[in-house]
Amino acid sequence: MEFAEKLALANTKAKGKRPEYLLDKQTEQTLSITMALAMELHAANERVASLECLLEQKGIITRDELNNFQPDSEETAKRSLDTQVYLNRILRVLDQEKQAMATNDESVSEVLEKLKD
Amino acid sequence: MAKALPSWSALEKHELFPQVKSDDVSRLNFLTHLNMHLAGNVLPGVKIAYENKVLPEFINEHGREPSDRHEVRVAMDDNSYLQMWSAMRRNTMEMRHQLGRSIVLNDSKNITQKVKGLIGDGRNIKLDDDIAVPYNVSAVDVHCQPGCYYTEYFNDDVTVASSYDIGIFVTTAGLLGGLSDGGGQGLGTWLAKEHPTFKPKRILDIGCTIGHNAVPLAQAFPDAEVIAIDVAKPSLRYAAARAKALGVHNITFMQVDAENMAGFADESFDLVTTAMFWHEACDRSMMSILTGINRVLKTGGLTISLEQPQYTDKPVYEQFIRDWDTLNNNEPYWGRMHERDLVQWHTDCGFDGSKMFETGVVSKVDENIFGKADSNSEDFGRAPVWNAFGIWK
Repeated sequence: MEFAEKLALANTKAKGKRPEYLLDKQTEQTLSITMALAMELHAANERVASLECLLEQKGIITRDELNNFQPDSEETAKRSLDTQVYLNRILRVLDQEKQAMATNDESVSEVLEKLKD
Repeated sequence: MAKALPSWSALEKHELFPQVKSDDVSRLNFLTHLNMHLAGNVLPGVKIAYENKVLPEFINEHGREPSDRHEVRVAMDDNSYLQMWSAMRRNTMEMRHQLGRSIVLNDSKNITQKVKGLIGDGRNIKLDDDIAVPYNVSAVDVHCQPGCYYTEYFNDDVTVASSYDIGIFVTTAGLLGGLSDGGGQGLGTWLAKEHPTFKPKRILDIGCTIGHNAVPLAQAFPDAEVIAIDVAKPSLRYAAARAKALGVHNITFMQVDAENMAGFADESFDLVTTAMFWHEACDRSMMSILTGINRVLKTGGLTISLEQPQYTDKPVYEQFIRDWDTLNNNEPYWGRMHERDLVQWHTDCGFDGSKMFETGVVSKVDENIFGKADSNSEDFGRAPVWNAFGIWK
């Protein structure tokens, strides 16, 4: 499966019109983005903590080397793909709104009416 | 959160588990903690908003308290704290699915090959291309799971099933145990304790998805023949492979629409089970499926279902919170199912409704690893203590 296809599939919107909770759509989307960022920051913090533990245990490198690290071209390319995955995740809500605008999902209330008797 | 929560890493990594990198474990654990935080720290604020603001205003306007959960919902609709909790809770579900899918898709080739290898000769799975997915399953993607349980993105795909398997921990904070099968385990434990002489020879599990309920039942009754049915191909495929990976060989997974069980003879099962199934049905299918269960169940046999508790006799505010899933978690039938008169329903489907019983079945988990459910921060609709209702024919 192509990278782009995996990105698109990972962000598939659940069928069914999404409820709106907050004052307006932009506020709603900003909350979603903020929550995704909080998760990413947590993962990053934990990775840094793991790195520091490992480096300390093995006595391999110094903090200065970490601070001055320059990725090579292969690592740079890998990071670009990682960044695309990262943005795909954080901006999921906009991706799914785009999908919503292109379809005409029934709301759960409408489905509920149809499921009666 | 007074105590440390189990890590997603504590799950038993059966053969089908995808490769999960440490960053993704961090994300899974973050979402688990966020769910617990919302249930334990934010949801109580919704109750305070109701009791201190919304309820007094309602009484002031109407001269009485709300008479049902619908009145509570309308009264709460504009409350900003509820809106924020709802929005965040909805997001955690969506984030869980996005994360699960991205993990699984990255390892899809490997997972698909493993599934094929484990299914092997295909003797424990029977698929049927003529089975259509009914409207009540396909209208919206239940519990915000993109693609529901049935969508396939490529040949032999199991993405939706695999994503469900690795993600359910996030929603239940691990309270379903190492294999996320605490419901089925609990049912087996309950049967052994309450009905030790009951040794079913043929068991039918309806709406089996990936076999979280059927596998522990097959393990509890190793001499029984277990048939597990669902309409969702990827889930059945994954379930058949997962059962084999766990060394369970007395289950056949079949693609059957529970509304048409003509392939099963009258009085041919001793035990018929469902787990978290009925709330994804609809009025018509609840009637036709239970009538079908009555037909295929032997006289003297048992049918038992695990669900979240019925709304009956619960305070209207709690009913309102329990009903959040109906409109907010893509569970259109959730509320109607939970307000149904179970005795009347069983009676209407040919059973002697007066024999119906309800009991609690506790998810059986290793408490040393996964801890115990904290009743003070119940995440309504996600509790590992399930209501079981059933009837002996």
